[in-house]
Amino acid sequence: MHQPQEIAIYIHWPFCKSKCPYCDFYKKIDCNINQDIIITEYIDALRRYRQILPERIVKSVFFGGGTPSLIKPNNIAIVIDEIVRLWPITENIEISLEANPNTHYQTMFQDLKNAGINRLSLGVQALNEADLHFLGRTHSLATARLCLREITSVFDNHSADLIYARPHQITADWKNELEEICTYGLKHISLYQLTIEENTVFARKGVKSLDEEAAVQMYEMTRDFLAANGYYLYEVSNFAQKGYESKHNLTYWQGGDYIGIGPSAHGRICLNGAHYATEYPFIHTQLSPQERAEELLIMGLRLTNGINKADFKKICGLDMHDFVNEQKLNFLKESGLLAETPTHLFATRSGFLLLNQLVLELCS
Amino acid sequence: MTDLSLIRNFAIIAHIDHGKSTLADRIIEYCGGLQSREMTEQVLDSMDIERERGITIKAQTVRLEYKAQDGKTYLLNLIDTPGHVDFTYEVSRSLASCEGSVLVVDATQGVEAQTLANVYLALDNNHEIVTALNKIDLPSADVARVKQQIEDVIGLDTSNAVEVSGKTGAGVEDLLEAVVKYLPAPTGEENAPTKALLIDSWYDSYLGVVILVRIKDGTLRKKQNIRLMSTGLDYVIDKIGVFTPKMKDVDVLHAGEVGFITASIKSVDDCKIGDTITDNRQPCADMLAGFKPSVSVVFCSIFPVDSSQYDALRDALAKLKLNDASIEYQPENSGALGLGFRCGFLGLLHMEIIQERIGREFDLDIITTAPSVAYKLYMTNGVEMTLDNPADMPDPSTIKLIEEPMVRATIMVPDEYLGSILKLCTERRGTQEDLTYVGNRAMVVYKIPLSEIVFDFYDRLKSISSGYASFNYELIGYAPADLVKVQILINEEPVDALAFLCNRTEAEARGRQICGRLKDLIPRHLFKIPLQASIGGRIVARETISPMRKDVTAKCYGGDVTRKRKLLDNQKKGKQRMRQFGKVEVPQSAFIEALRIGDN
Ligand SMILES: Nc1nc2c(ncn2[C@@H]2O[C@H](COP(=O)(O)OP(=O)(O)OP(=O)(O)O)[C@@H](O)[C@H]2O)c(=O)[nH]1
Ligand SMILES: C[S@@+](CC[C@H](N)C(=O)[O-])C[C@H]1O[C@@H](n2cnc3c(N)ncnc32)[C@H](O)[C@@H]1O
Ligand code: SF4
Ligand SMILES: [Mg+2]
Repeated sequence: MHQPQEIAIYIHWPFCKSKCPYCDFYKKIDCNINQDIIITEYIDALRRYRQILPERIVKSVFFGGGTPSLIKPNNIAIVIDEIVRLWPITENIEISLEANPNTHYQTMFQDLKNAGINRLSLGVQALNEADLHFLGRTHSLATARLCLREITSVFDNHSADLIYARPHQITADWKNELEEICTYGLKHISLYQLTIEENTVFARKGVKSLDEEAAVQMYEMTRDFLAANGYYLYEVSNFAQKGYESKHNLTYWQGGDYIGIGPSAHGRICLNGAHYATEYPFIHTQLSPQERAEELLIMGLRLTNGINKADFKKICGLDMHDFVNEQKLNFLKESGLLAETPTHLFATRSGFLLLNQLVLELCS
Repeated sequence: MTDLSLIRNFAIIAHIDHGKSTLADRIIEYCGGLQSREMTEQVLDSMDIERERGITIKAQTVRLEYKAQDGKTYLLNLIDTPGHVDFTYEVSRSLASCEGSVLVVDATQGVEAQTLANVYLALDNNHEIVTALNKIDLPSADVARVKQQIEDVIGLDTSNAVEVSGKTGAGVEDLLEAVVKYLPAPTGEENAPTKALLIDSWYDSYLGVVILVRIKDGTLRKKQNIRLMSTGLDYVIDKIGVFTPKMKDVDVLHAGEVGFITASIKSVDDCKIGDTITDNRQPCADMLAGFKPSVSVVFCSIFPVDSSQYDALRDALAKLKLNDASIEYQPENSGALGLGFRCGFLGLLHMEIIQERIGREFDLDIITTAPSVAYKLYMTNGVEMTLDNPADMPDPSTIKLIEEPMVRATIMVPDEYLGSILKLCTERRGTQEDLTYVGNRAMVVYKIPLSEIVFDFYDRLKSISSGYASFNYELIGYAPADLVKVQILINEEPVDALAFLCNRTEAEARGRQICGRLKDLIPRHLFKIPLQASIGGRIVARETISPMRKDVTAKCYGGDVTRKRKLLDNQKKGKQRMRQFGKVEVPQSAFIEALRIGDN
């Protein structure tokens, strides 16, 4: 008997209390929605996927958003229980939930833990009052701090998100925030440089991102500072203590199978050797080996460890060296932007910030 | 058949924008050639590019019927001509196919450089001229002053001049009366062997090659067996007709008339503009004088961005040449740019229009090289050669003498701008030959190198005179020149497409300008890119494009993959529109933009 293939499940909750001016995620303002009906639909969807994918073992569940901390804990429990009923799960399954800091922290986190969540990711975004306001966040600095303390005491595995390289932000101020975030004993930290996305309030207002050179300096400083505090960079924007990399998110970057439940949730599944891109609820588009290979490059090079060439071949069926533009690859290696070992291809420290260009070169 | 005395063939000539095409609209309307619902402004300017730019590029012919005050109905063949200096050749061809001209002069502006030039062309063709003072609807029209000016500057009698408005239609009847009265009727022998002038030919997507003819003697009719005398090739006429301005079939065209024929002619080269058409069973004795060939003054190379489109580019040029015989081209093979064509044009506007039409009408992405004029080289070994392509520049030590083409430029300008115009001409290495005044307008004549006026001179002239100066030029020969070839190096590699020939005194400044522009036009790469201009190996200008520092998506999770892959696809397509030089990718637009003449 061969091992059943692992799968990750993403549950999307596209509702928020208010819209943040930088955010282009699919979401609606949560007013009078009937949670129970939506959860019933999600359960139906999970059952449909079970029919397509019976022989799987679930390695992670991720409640993302939107603001999934708005889901009532008993509904979270219903979803988790159903997943456990439908599929076997791995021994060390990771069940994460993204929460926005809020004033119900005294009961909420414990309730979520009781519902089955074992990893909590907190959307802190900034650790100073003025920038929280600039980012349109509804929580105060004090609430963020209380929530940070609460999640580290309730959960064994936790993470926080911060957005930096804010317009006019200076390195010294950012360093203060970094110092603080490292004091909570979090297992994992995500630090995203602010991106001005199209169709957001920031884009309409003409908010400009930090200039390129300053952003590069800040990135490098951040990387060194976190390393000195025991967090190593494993993906472009993600830091973890050893062994606490997000299993769920690694699935995306390493080309594993995942299904997405909820409006605009995407999935990637391999069925009888064919690759499919899924979009909730019913769309399944077959991907060619070349398309899948491109995705593996786009996602895989985001990891500091890079792409495992053997896995690459196993997943898309193509030899990595046959797929990429070999001449460009050699040039990028000579230029010190990419490096290769017998098993892996990865971006060097100077190549890391140019990933979009590296992938484009390799694919053209 | 119409009695020859009831036919008038005439061209409308004027300085650019003096209102020829608008006046033609009113004449067509007056004669009922088109219903008012069929009318558009400048209805004869039918090409998109003409309508967008508001100028006439190609002459157009219309046959109209006019019932004159003497009670007789006349057959009028009107030719609307272009006014821009680049298209003088088109005007001269039109003039050769008729007997009279209507000279339009904008009564708010007066005599301008092309007014003068076109009158001289008309007189060279022994035309009678009727003068029309146009735009009299405008309060600033000054008929008396402009009449005086016409008498003083051109020496035309204005006692019979008519006052018209192309806008309101006022005076159109007076004008047509003057046409009938003062312009001569054609002459011709109806019963002599067929002899017709091939005025123009073009490609129509339904009809194939259409030929515009002027019958000198005899007749042309449907099914007639004809011969194009210069090639000796025989055809049978399929279709014969006139423009009213819509195409209208007729059975026969008589001596003195203008019309079109089609005859299943396949190849461009078979219809030579100016050729004589005759009956192949009863040919005429001798050929018509035809036209002097057009002279290209600006040359550039055109390459397809995608080298597999070479054949498509060749077909496009062939089709364009069918409609515009003045385009010259021959295949060229460039080390860096592959297969393309070296092309000659009548001027910079003509070049720009053709480049634009290749893109627009044939959907081809092209790269064009720096425009150049044609130099004469006298080699130390006694050989003489013409040089219009920087790629062909021989080793300077083998050249004894270089000569550049010279022109005589005539500029008319209100005297308050005279000072700055004289300064401009001196900067452009001009020497003054004449300076006269008519009222408060000066007319200056300069001898200037063609290379100094053909590119941005007109724009400069217009901008320093607030639009009031006008100019015209004619080629007059060659004079010794201190010519150098400037190479542009991208990432240490010379790029043929950007090399140019120029006078030594300007080489450095232009080299610096092009490097400066390229710095903004070439996107940053993963490495640093030096840009240099060099003359014979000596670097005279330098810029650097700094490497890109950051291009990475901050946040990329499972839901973003599809979007990212589609973005990658678009970027790959974008890259295909770039041209690779060594490791550097240069966008197609950079060539045109970097070489654009004039200030930034
Ligand atoms: N007010 C007024 N404007 C006129 C008159 N005739 C022409 N125009 C305007 O003058 C401009 C030039 O007119 P066109 O008829 O295109 O001139 P053109 O001589 O054919 O120009 P080219 O073919 O480019 O040489 C247009 O904006 C016309 O609307 C007129 O009698 N009165
Ligand atoms: C999909 S959001 C949902 C998280 C949760 N709703 C919250 O607001 O905390 C996940 C994370 O993406 C990051 N993010 C969203 N938009 C961003 C942007 N325009 N630039 C940088 N990071 C962004 C934020 O750090 C956010 O916590
Ligand atoms: S950042 Fe989070 S809370 Fe803000 S709009 Fe986006 S998903 Fe909603
Ligand atoms: Mg016109």
